Amino acid sequence: MRLSYPDSIRIIRLPCSGKVDVIHMMEAFQKGADGVYVAGCLEGECHYLTGNLRAKKKVEYTKKLLDEIGVGGERLAMYNIAASDGPRFAEVAKEMHEKIKALGPSPIREALQKKKAA
Amino acid sequence: MIVAERKPIEEIIGFVKNCKKILIVGCNECVTVCYAGGKKEVGILASALKMAFTKEGKELEITEVTLERQCDHEYLEEIRNIIEDYDAVVSLACGVGVQFMAEKYPRTLVFPGVNTSFMGVTEESGVWSERCQGCGQCILGQTAGICPISRCAKRLLNGPCGGSTNGKCEINKELDCAWQLIIDRLKELGRLDDYDKLIPIKDWSTERAGGPRKVIREDLRQ
Repeated sequence: MRLSYPDSIRIIRLPCSGKVDVIHMMEAFQKGADGVYVAGCLEGECHYLTGNLRAKKKVEYTKKLLDEIGVGGERLAMYNIAASDGPRFAEVAKEMHEKIKALGPSPIREALQKKKAA
Repeated sequence: MIVAERKPIEEIIGFVKNCKKILIVGCNECVTVCYAGGKKEVGILASALKMAFTKEGKELEITEVTLERQCDHEYLEEIRNIIEDYDAVVSLACGVGVQFMAEKYPRTLVFPGVNTSFMGVTEESGVWSERCQGCGQCILGQTAGICPISRCAKRLLNGPCGGSTNGKCEINKELDCAWQLIIDRLKELGRLDDYDKLIPIKDWSTERAGGPRKVIREDLRQ
């Protein structure tokens, strides 16, 4: 297809979106990620039946935690994309890239950079 | 099991805001089962606190430990050699564990990381509900195995009050009337005659009203 998507996206492969845990998302932000999104299969089409639905709930829970510590739950998102839908994958990557760009750098990354410079 | 819920992160930040080095201690028992204070929750809290401190331009060194239990000497002893290296401890055990830790290590600040809710069951994944209030004199043998002390809002001992409607309690339409459940189960068991037997006035001195309680088994004492 030769579709392009923003080079700001770093992909972490998992066997199923249901494998994502709260701590994985938290640690990504802790290490300075400006945004994180979980791309699961379409709802109702999970190979393991409920993996993507569980991922969605974990994302919601993590969003609340991020709000509580002032990082902002809006920096985290869940998307459902069919494994065969390349164009939608590229579209989502672009959408998330634009959204995070508009939000600016995460306060954690800014603090980490400031610390490094000092 | 003892059911607990995590405290708001903001409250925990308030406890440790002036610390440089803390120990977060999880418990492998009840609070692990109800996803409030096990190894996983210790990791999540550590990550959240680190981020909250980083954001403020401060540093917080965190060590994570999860003990088998925090309500027994032998497991709490495992941290004796390290505990004084820390400015404070955040314990994710129930209130029992937090207190036992504070009691054992009087020179260390110990803060609770969870709110202890009740003694209850896992109704389904993610749903816990109360089943026992530890009244010290179990009457489940007379009430078809359903406890009116913990499950009836008024703790009635001889049948429902006038607020029981369509099997639900008047304080909350979602809540089953404990006495309705008792009567239904007695019927099911063919023991409805038990319902006619009056339960005498309860001796509440064995409950919390009699002050903090203690159980002593002389045969096991050393």
